Amino acid sequence: MRIVVCTKETPDTAAKVEVSADGSVSWGDAPLVINPWDEYAVEEALQLKDRGASGITVLAAGTEVTRDALRHALAMGCDDAVLVDDPTLEQADTLLVSKALAAAVRKVDDVGIVLCGRTTTDGGSGLTPVQIGRWLGWSTLTYVSRVLAVDFAAGKITVERLLEEGRQVVESPLPVVISVVKEINEPRYPSFMGIRKAGKAEIPVWSAADLGLEGVAQVQWGAVSAPVTRDVQCEMITAVSVEEAADRLAEKLIADKVV
Amino acid sequence: MGGVWVWIEQHDGKAAGASWEAVGVGRRLADALGEKVTALVFGHNAAALGSEAIKRGADSALVCDDETLADFRVDPVASLLSALAKQHGPSVIMAGATTRGTDVMGPAAVDLDAGVVADVVEIEVERERIVASRPVYAGKLIARATIPAGVQMFTLRGRAFPAPAVDEARTGAVEAVSPVRAEGDITTKVTSFEVRGGEVSLTEAAIVVAGGRGVGGPEGFEPLRELAGVLGAALGASRATVDAGWIPYEYQVGQTGKVVSPDLYIAAGVSGAVQHQAGMRTSKVIVAINKDADAPIFRLARYGIAGDLFQVVPALTAAFRKRLGK
Ligand SMILES: Cc1cc2nc3c(=O)[nH]c(=O)nc-3n(C[C@H](O)[C@H](O)[C@H](O)COP(=O)(O)OP(=O)(O)OC[C@H]3O[C@@H](n4cnc5c(N)ncnc54)[C@H](O)[C@@H]3O)c2cc1C
Ligand SMILES: Nc1ncnc2c1ncn2[C@@H]1O[C@H](COP(=O)(O)O)[C@@H](O)[C@H]1O
Repeated sequence: MRIVVCTKETPDTAAKVEVSADGSVSWGDAPLVINPWDEYAVEEALQLKDRGASGITVLAAGTEVTRDALRHALAMGCDDAVLVDDPTLEQADTLLVSKALAAAVRKVDDVGIVLCGRTTTDGGSGLTPVQIGRWLGWSTLTYVSRVLAVDFAAGKITVERLLEEGRQVVESPLPVVISVVKEINEPRYPSFMGIRKAGKAEIPVWSAADLGLEGVAQVQWGAVSAPVTRDVQCEMITAVSVEEAADRLAEKLIADKVV
Repeated sequence: MGGVWVWIEQHDGKAAGASWEAVGVGRRLADALGEKVTALVFGHNAAALGSEAIKRGADSALVCDDETLADFRVDPVASLLSALAKQHGPSVIMAGATTRGTDVMGPAAVDLDAGVVADVVEIEVERERIVASRPVYAGKLIARATIPAGVQMFTLRGRAFPAPAVDEARTGAVEAVSPVRAEGDITTKVTSFEVRGGEVSLTEAAIVVAGGRGVGGPEGFEPLRELAGVLGAALGASRATVDAGWIPYEYQVGQTGKVVSPDLYIAAGVSGAVQHQAGMRTSKVIVAINKDADAPIFRLARYGIAGDLFQVVPALTAAFRKRLGK
């Protein structure tokens, strides 16, 4: 059974993101990188291949700028990549993006597991993985911190998930959609050979028509603005002794009613 | 037809804080739209939450009490939510932007072909339309969104809205509903659940005490744990300490960890990298304790002490013990 990893590009997390005068978002000359969470998904796919999966396809819904994220995943060791690119997806919401990704997954033969990151660091909501799973009619296991057992022949998987109150262990039949948290592994760096291979790889583009995709985005995005910056002036607390400084801080926090 | 629905997330019969906050928001929106608020409680032995939701502001509740809903699993919960919505036709469905809230609202939206705006921090009715705002680019920007057609679904960031108090005088109808999935139709099985022992949940905590690389090692968190104990706070951590293996990943605050928004965030030995800020920037009051008076964390903080955390934190614990009489 094959694995499909879903990924996209995001501005580098240290980038200064700003709204331009025309209302568009820009991040200067900071690079676009593979969504950091997806590196864990790619790494887990590679490890699952060692555990018996037959191959790994990387999948992204995006535009030409998304190719670098796909190449990063190929350089880490994935076998092939597909870019879903269509003008109708430009103003998409997770409902439509997940529908497109699910349609693309259906075009890949014998998929056992779709792997996603927990969320995207730009417009992320964590909704995409569960929605891909729903469109496919497969069960979805989110926030997975460990794949405890997987049996591709028998079509079964057991994972540990991180929920607010603790760790849940769940069994599910394959195929399944999984989103992973950072704890699951330590992503490898692309190898020199991998980078060379990825540079030469052909990445086919699938359009909405190729996927038989219909539907519209339901969410309409309006203006983007900078968050209201609270005018915080840090009051440095100094005193002759640490005890006195600590006591003054405690007094202030109690007066501010936050303790 | 119409109405504002709130899905009440629960674990062991206890509702998530974000769900009550959503009931409060639901009440406000419903009043502005001239609609009613319905709370949805799905679980086993959790039916009492239906009447609690009414006391907190809902007009009525739909309660499904069934063994198949004892362990949280996506399909039976999401399927029930969408089936009821198809039957009753609410105009708005809300839940907390928690792990379960996301898990349930996503598939239900697919079933209903509805838009979802996730992680909402502001929501208003403007000219009869709901306009929601959410942080994007890790909180560096705020985006506004509307859902012009169909059911409007929102998940609300925890602690972004006040939790409504219980009003014992409020009454309303609690209606029992049946599940839509029998055990045999549910493909997943929960085999165990290991609860983290008696700690305050990081995302719900009113106070967070967080440690960074400055704590120096796993034992370095001990003074912070003591302070958290005295304050009834949750413990948090920077990614550097998690990556070093000093503390488990569940404690990580930031872009690749949890987003928290407590009343008070005490950062000790944390430099304040942008990725850490993404997880705590919206805290009401931030206190920084750092040896380096130029550390970026001081630019976010309301109060700062430049000093060694191993001296400052125990002194702070002692000061609070004395002042709070603990
Ligand atoms: C894609 C990506 C995602 C990331 N996600 C996250 C995330 O989710 N969360 C996160 O936190 N980071 C995240 N990071 C990492 C982030 O960039 C920083 O590396 C990290 O936050 C630094 O952690 P720190 O502040 O504990 O350590 P440092 O930056 O090393 O700071 C340690 C601080 O402790 C102070 N100090 C040392 N000793 C003492 C003492 N005895 N008393 C008082 N102060 C002392 C020092 O002056 C220093 O300011 C991410 C990075 C990337 C690239
Ligand atoms: N446009 C996309 N193309 C491919 N995968 C995506 C896309 N958007 C989201 N994903 C996947 O879904 C996960 C969660 O994204 P999100 O729902 O945006 O927070 C990501 O970590 C990716 O694995």
